[in-house]
This record gives sequence, structure tokens and C-alpha cells, in this order.
Amino acid sequence: MADVNRGNRPLSPFMLGKYYRFQLNSVTSILNRITGNAMIVAALLIAWWFLAAATAPEYYAFVDWVITSWLGDLVMFLSVLGMWYHLLAGIRHLIWENAKGLDISTSDKMGWAALIGSVVLTLITVAVI
Amino acid sequence: MVQFSLPKNSRITTGKTWPKPEGAKNVRTFKIYRWDPDTGENPRVDTYFLDMDKCGPMVLDALIKIKNEIDPTLTFRRSCREGICGSCAMNIDGHNTLACIFGLDEVKKSEVTIYPLPHMPVVKDLIPDLTHFYAQHASIMPWLETKTNRPAKEWRQSIEDRKKLDGLYECVMCASCSTSCPSYWWNGDRYLGPAALLHAYRWIIDSRDEATGERLDGLEDPFKLYRCHTIMNCTRTCPKGLNPAKAIAEIKKMMVERAV
Repeated sequence: MADVNRGNRPLSPFMLGKYYRFQLNSVTSILNRITGNAMIVAALLIAWWFLAAATAPEYYAFVDWVITSWLGDLVMFLSVLGMWYHLLAGIRHLIWENAKGLDISTSDKMGWAALIGSVVLTLITVAVI
Repeated sequence: MVQFSLPKNSRITTGKTWPKPEGAKNVRTFKIYRWDPDTGENPRVDTYFLDMDKCGPMVLDALIKIKNEIDPTLTFRRSCREGICGSCAMNIDGHNTLACIFGLDEVKKSEVTIYPLPHMPVVKDLIPDLTHFYAQHASIMPWLETKTNRPAKEWRQSIEDRKKLDGLYECVMCASCSTSCPSYWWNGDRYLGPAALLHAYRWIIDSRDEATGERLDGLEDPFKLYRCHTIMNCTRTCPKGLNPAKAIAEIKKMMVERAV
């Protein structure tokens, strides 16, 4: 009875969270992806803002209203958080690229530093501006 | 390709609940993935109950007890029962490890969940098809490649050079690391995965090997090597405490160093 079912074999379950537990290293990795992509959206919003300013006063007034509304403020606040996180996580990656800090305890410490650091830096940014 | 759900034939259904042991005081629940190639039905998760006062300390002890006393059709690989053969690698309590050296007391939840290694074709129950995994290992030429004439006695190596192989040669090819890696789940057809890359590095830094350039050439590929995004699930899950993420980073570093 060798190899009776090749071709119709089920795929074993893998999904993060449900079948493979979330761990600090995988969560920080996913967050780096998410923040990187979210920043593209934030950059587009800011470009839209500038374009509106170069187009017409009425159009700028509308876009300015959107971006400085509570929803716009929230998006910008999260973008700042995302930017700081992505920067810190990027530094962590630069360290890794030198084949350093790749043991679990060091990489976990750097992961927490990126998570906590991004929140602290965001609050400082908000306080300053 | 990035994938977030299981294909239709792989979706898991509720399986059978087996009877509880009579008169037992210390009962633990085991949820175990089952798939029978002979029925054509979807995989299911069966529930078993074990009297922990009459069970050995390791997850493998529990599996053997279930097979011996409750359900002889439960199928899994095992051999050495001491973490050196790599046969009993499976997904236990949400991470990959060897059932023989993972203690039941280390399982965080009260329920013990056991699945086959993630994102692999299943042969039966807890047995994944490792054909592709082994082929990838073979592709990195896991042997000493030399060009100079064969020495009269043996290929000599200094103590310092031999030390460089520590933390690499101990790999038993259990596939826990590769199947813990989201990049390997989604690009495993072309990305070599942490296990094969750790072995690649083991031969790259072997002072006796004379094919370092060819080995690096073979890995210089957007998928084979560079699908590693340093997620580090591999290093965290390795039942032998090795560090595939570091081995991969060292290869990437050598790629840069030889180019600049």
C-alpha cells in the first residue's frame, strides 16, 4: 500500500494564530509589513493634500478639511506611529543583516524596544507639534 | 503565493470523541488531527482522553498510549525517542517540535492539540510528505566537495575551523523550522527554507570544502535564499536549539562581501 493518494493529499493547517501561535518575532515581522504598506497610503494622502494646495483654494479647503477632521487626525496619528515603528524595525533589520542580534533573547529585546519605542516617540512627536 | 485559508479538501471537520478512561482522576484532553487516505473524507480532529497518572512524561508517550490502548489506527512517525532521529516532528500546542523531547508539562493549554507539520501535504494523520523537503536538502550538495588531490589519510581540519561547524552539524532534518516559516509556507516550492539553508551554510564554512564559490552561486537567487525575511520562527522553534536564521544571515553577508 505505497503512496496511494499522491495528488489528493490535504494541506496540513498552518494559519498564524489559529494553528501556529503568534510569537513576538512573527508579530513584529508582520507589523513591519503592515506599517510599510500603510505608509504608502499616508504618503498618497499627503501628496493629495499638497496637490490640492497647488490646484485651487476651494479644493484645498475641502482636502484640508478631510485631512484635519477627526478621522484624518486619527489616520495621521497612526501613520506617525507606523512610521516610527517601521524606522525602529528597520534599524533592527540592519543589525540582523550584519548577522548580529539573531539569538532569540536579543531579537526579542530589540522587538520590544521597537514596539515600546515607537509608542514613546509618537507621543513625543504629538507633544512637540 | 500568500495563502490565508486551507483548500477545500483540507478543511477540518469535527471528528470522533473517544471514551474517557474509567476511574481516572487526572484526565487530560488530546485533540489530534486525523486524515485517512482510504476514505476520501476531509481531515478531522479526534478527541481523546488519557489518564495522566498512567502516562509517561512526553507528548510521544501520550501518542503511543493512545495508539496502544485506545485507537490503533492513529498514525505517526517515531523512532529514537530521544531527539536524535527527527522522526516525530509535529505541530504541538501551536508550535513545531519533537514529540519525544517535548514534555506534556510544557504544553501551555490544558488541552493538548497535535497537528502535522504546517503547510505540508499529508500522507496520513500526523505524517507529512517530506519528499520536496528532502529534495531541497539534496540540492545544496550536502557533502564535501574537493578539487585538490585526495590526501593520503584524511582531510585535516584545525580545532578552530572545526568549531565553526558547532551549532550546524547537530541538525537532524526534522523539518520543524522550515514548516514553521511563513515564507516557506507561501514560497516553499522555490524558497529552500531554513533547514536546507542551514545545511548549505554548514558546507560553505567548512574549511575542507573547496566549492564555496559554486555553493554561493547556486544560492544567489531571489527565491532560494532571499525569501528569508528574518521572521525567525525557525530559530524559536528548533527543538535542537540551533539558529537557522543566523546561518541564513551569514550566507547573505557572504553574498555581499564577495560582491563589494
